[in-house]
Amino acid sequence: MSAEIIPAGTPAEVFLASLFERSKATLPGNAKVAKWREDTFQRFYAAGLPHRRIEAWHYTDLRTLIRDALPVSMPPDETAIAALRETFAADAPAPRLALVDGFFVPELSTPMPDGIKITSLASVLSEGRPDMIALLSSQYLGAEDPIVSLNAALMQDGVIIEVAAGTQIADPLHLIHVRSSPLPAAHFSRSALLLGAGAEIRLAESCHSANPMVEALASQANACLIISIGDGARLAHTAMVTGPSPHAVRLETMLARVGQRAKFDSFALVSGIGLVRRQTFLRFEGAGAEASFSGASLLGGREHADTTLLVEHMAPACRSQETYKYILDEEATGVFQGKIHVAPKAQKTDGKMLSRAVLLSDMAAMNNKPELEIFADDVVCGHGATCGGLDADQLFYLQTRGLPLPEAEALLLEAFAGELIDGIGDDGLINEFRGQLRTWLAARRHATKAANDQMERA
Amino acid sequence: MLEVKNLSVSINGRIILDDLSLVVRDGEIAALMGPNGSGKSTLSYVLAGRKDYTVETGDIMLNGESLLDLEPDVRAAKGLFLAFQYPIEIPGVATLTFLKAALNAQRRGRGQDELSTPDFMKKVRASANKLQISQDMLKRALNVGFSGGEKKRMDILQMALLEPSFAILDETDSGLDIDALRIVADGVNALRAPSRGFLVITHYQRLLDYVVPDTVHVMAQGRIMRSGGKELALELEKSGYRDYNVEPAVA
Repeated sequence: MSAEIIPAGTPAEVFLASLFERSKATLPGNAKVAKWREDTFQRFYAAGLPHRRIEAWHYTDLRTLIRDALPVSMPPDETAIAALRETFAADAPAPRLALVDGFFVPELSTPMPDGIKITSLASVLSEGRPDMIALLSSQYLGAEDPIVSLNAALMQDGVIIEVAAGTQIADPLHLIHVRSSPLPAAHFSRSALLLGAGAEIRLAESCHSANPMVEALASQANACLIISIGDGARLAHTAMVTGPSPHAVRLETMLARVGQRAKFDSFALVSGIGLVRRQTFLRFEGAGAEASFSGASLLGGREHADTTLLVEHMAPACRSQETYKYILDEEATGVFQGKIHVAPKAQKTDGKMLSRAVLLSDMAAMNNKPELEIFADDVVCGHGATCGGLDADQLFYLQTRGLPLPEAEALLLEAFAGELIDGIGDDGLINEFRGQLRTWLAARRHATKAANDQMERA
Repeated sequence: MLEVKNLSVSINGRIILDDLSLVVRDGEIAALMGPNGSGKSTLSYVLAGRKDYTVETGDIMLNGESLLDLEPDVRAAKGLFLAFQYPIEIPGVATLTFLKAALNAQRRGRGQDELSTPDFMKKVRASANKLQISQDMLKRALNVGFSGGEKKRMDILQMALLEPSFAILDETDSGLDIDALRIVADGVNALRAPSRGFLVITHYQRLLDYVVPDTVHVMAQGRIMRSGGKELALELEKSGYRDYNVEPAVA
């Protein structure tokens, strides 16, 4: 009775295996890269799509949530690029780097300021620069994550941003992800942002669709961003992970190493995408560094958004702070998992983690899992999580001042999530994120009103 | 004019207001006094439309119109205002943002045009100055980190801006020092008008030295036990509420 059970792959897993077999000859890279792809795919396939019995994926069971895998996207052709240039590029923020269905498109990007060097992932893999390949495959962070492995196996393209030591640029540099494929498609991108010592930049990521028809299609994105922040460097990062893309899946991974006395701030707004998992693996490698992570998820319908963080304090006197807020309406599901790991030598660590959720419907659900793993004795670490409805006293107070209930709710919700937005530190981006938040709240208010009107008529 | 007619109210099956009747005419300042637990604050919440209570019988009329089935914001638009015993802190909402939202929501509710930003600012500044509310306070989150006196002044500022036809002040004097009490009382007195009634809920005579009432009602066990002129408040100050706590403690 000791026969080993070999699980037959799910249809999605079997499809991914055949996809890998079919595409591996054409995916970019030299022989070394091909070997790396082969190894990582085997690692992925042995484990399969992560499911609820894998602890890190307990609340986001991809075996259930992704029934069918999609074929991979093709690089956008000239017609598609011309169309995008016409409809999209005029209003798109600059300076920018454009990834269309995961492919870096220089024609839709703008020149970069001095001190920034851009290369496409495909060319780096084909040239086989050993230093760069070593960095791109530095998988000690998140090594066991099946989605990161799958990304390495199938990565099609991406952009490598090298910022020379000492370069300081105040205005945001935009990295825009555009969906353009006219058919349901998956894409696998791997990008890197490498900040030399003392460099300071602001990277603003955002998600877009070429047109409303594309928005409505199914899509599966698996995007990795490898970040290396040199000693004394500063990175301010924002991500606007927004739809409307009800049938889209977006799996994002940030793998970051932070040098001595460096600083890394990151804020993300998640909204309007069917399924989002944003996972961050961050490692402090030098003393006295700081990381501040925050995010707001505004979810309705049956949207599912998962934020998972692993912060490894490997050096002394570093500070990490995570604050995540969720507004959950209808049948939406929120997930927050945060683990702070403090190595024995990481004395004087200051690590704090907070997750707060407002549930606006009985059908909405929030899953919180904060963890501390501390092997040093002189540290200040803590975590907290709250879950609940809006405060009845506050709502009543606002109503007695003449605000109808939906307006009172919107005011409180804007304050709840907006507080994090104000911490971004760039007026243009603050306005954009505030605008997105207000649009979401206004849409919710109209939907509530329409539902109430209908009930009254009935 | 506010008319409370035979109002009985319960919470979790327990009667808190018991067949209470009260009339406050336009231009009148009525003081409502009574011991702790007599139902004064409940009355103020029920008048303003708090949902936690069950109205068993009776009615509440403002200017001849029943309020019972109306939402709190609609009651506010009809002219009712409640100054809270403990004004609520609203983190993340700048006071000015809130004041503008409230004023414009109420103007919409009353079928008036929204105010332009310059007109709104002019109006706020004028009222804020009178209540010694600084520009800095207006920029801060509503009531967050405000002292007790600042919160009460902020409530009076809202009353001045919203121009209600009937205002309830629920223990506005609690937690105020003498200077703050005077500023708040001056703010209330400035709003006295022939068309505006007030119900001033208080434990003590002290506030009534500054805001002189036309009538005084004593409430105990969920009903009005006695009504009279302003001299009734002075009498209570001497004799206390012992005559009204008739129910002996259960052994």
